[in-house]
Amino acid sequence: MRYSAFRVLKEALTGHKGWRPLWRNPEPKPAYDYVIVGGGGHGLATAYYLARTFKQARIAVLEKGWLGSGNIGRNTTIIRSNYLLPGNEPFYEFSMKLWEGLEQAFNFNAMVSQRGILNLCHTDAQRDAYRRRGNAMLLAGADAELLDTEGVRAMYPFLNFDHARFPIKGGLLQRRAGTARHDGVAWGYARGADLAGVDLIQNCEVTGFRIENGRLRGVETSRGYIGAGKVGVAVAGSTSRVMAQAGMRLPIESHVLQAFVSEGLKPTIDGVITFGAGHFYVSQSDKGGLVFGGDIDGYNSYAQRGNLPVIEDVAEGGMALMPMIGRARLLRIWGGIMDMSMDGSPIIDRTPVAGLYLNAGWCYGGFKATPASGYAFAHLLATDTPHDTARAYRLDRFARGYVIDEKGMGAQPNLH
Amino acid sequence: MLIPHPLLGLRDAQEFTCLGDAALLNRPDGLADPQALTDYVYLRDNPAGVHRELWFHEQGDRSWLVVTRNTLTHEILGAELARDVALRAKGAK
Repeated sequence: MRYSAFRVLKEALTGHKGWRPLWRNPEPKPAYDYVIVGGGGHGLATAYYLARTFKQARIAVLEKGWLGSGNIGRNTTIIRSNYLLPGNEPFYEFSMKLWEGLEQAFNFNAMVSQRGILNLCHTDAQRDAYRRRGNAMLLAGADAELLDTEGVRAMYPFLNFDHARFPIKGGLLQRRAGTARHDGVAWGYARGADLAGVDLIQNCEVTGFRIENGRLRGVETSRGYIGAGKVGVAVAGSTSRVMAQAGMRLPIESHVLQAFVSEGLKPTIDGVITFGAGHFYVSQSDKGGLVFGGDIDGYNSYAQRGNLPVIEDVAEGGMALMPMIGRARLLRIWGGIMDMSMDGSPIIDRTPVAGLYLNAGWCYGGFKATPASGYAFAHLLATDTPHDTARAYRLDRFARGYVIDEKGMGAQPNLH
Repeated sequence: MLIPHPLLGLRDAQEFTCLGDAALLNRPDGLADPQALTDYVYLRDNPAGVHRELWFHEQGDRSWLVVTRNTLTHEILGAELARDVALRAKGAK
């Protein structure tokens, strides 16, 4: 079933009786060539590209809950490619380009909206750093614009420009960045994968790996043993737990990151704004709610909920940047479990176990990376070579000293 | 979260910063075994459940504590001075 304006019209005239579920609900088969562990954004995207782009067959996605029940359903929906380091920027720009053609590619409305992201700067040094980052973005084929104070004022006149401690000196603008409907992305990839013959198996938790002579044979699950040629693990916050079943310790800590949405307000913020002097970023959803977030809570957590000090910190950041939101009431607060890697950058690589592959360590930035992460992971699974843009995301880079430390914070996951 | 400081009683967790796994107290000799030092710096057990971790009372008496906490529920099960833990480990050797 293809979606189109014609289809919507036809269904409207015939009582909406033709709509069907977006994917099958198959029983697991005894064996597959490829098993993807984790039915979130990255897992579903991996299965989609594996089947569609790399023309592989006999693929299953195993999900312990329901599809898209992890961080793809818990983020703040921002897509962007405004990174600095050579290991990162080409990858995220590749992701941005995939976002731009995504809805046509998988024939699903993911509400990709290139409304622009503006990173504000508050000191001369920060402006210089943004100029450097903007140039790095241009070199990687992305777009970047450095705005002065007046340029920012023309876009967002309501910001607190004359703050005594953090006056706004300008900002780095990426116009092609924006937001997407996070659940729509998961559903679109799931539907696309299902149409390409991938078995999406829900309520199926992986409880162990069967490894013989250093080679993976299959996975033990809550719905029985499933043989597998290759297994790709993309389980975000649960990475350490799942990979421990294969006897691996990883450079990852799990932390809780909170996000917030206010009551619906009239349209006022048409892009994404990030505060440069504290951790606060905000956009406005199509329903009118201000969607914003801040830092991780800072201690290991698997609880999917955070504590009040970070809420206070984020609210203070918001009030410093745009005092007008002080009367807006919070509707919802939620938390997701981030797989914080030791240098703040992801891992897409083989593991010491032959046939077992890992996609993890996305820290704050998993959502925007969804298409490229899936594509690069599918590339690795299908060809056993890393995708060009993901060559730096090696698991052994920590031991070799090739960390990708975008924020310069070292091996301190709670600072990244 | 309230942390039961062994000297000061219940203190707000906001006064502390968390460093991570208390296993960081046992630093291996990096010259003798570089791989062990790499593992020490980068690899973590990251358990879901009871976790012993180092908290620094930065906005207080600037002591290091070993706090036992459940990462699934955020329940704090106990706290002792990291110094006592380290000395005990030394004495046991």
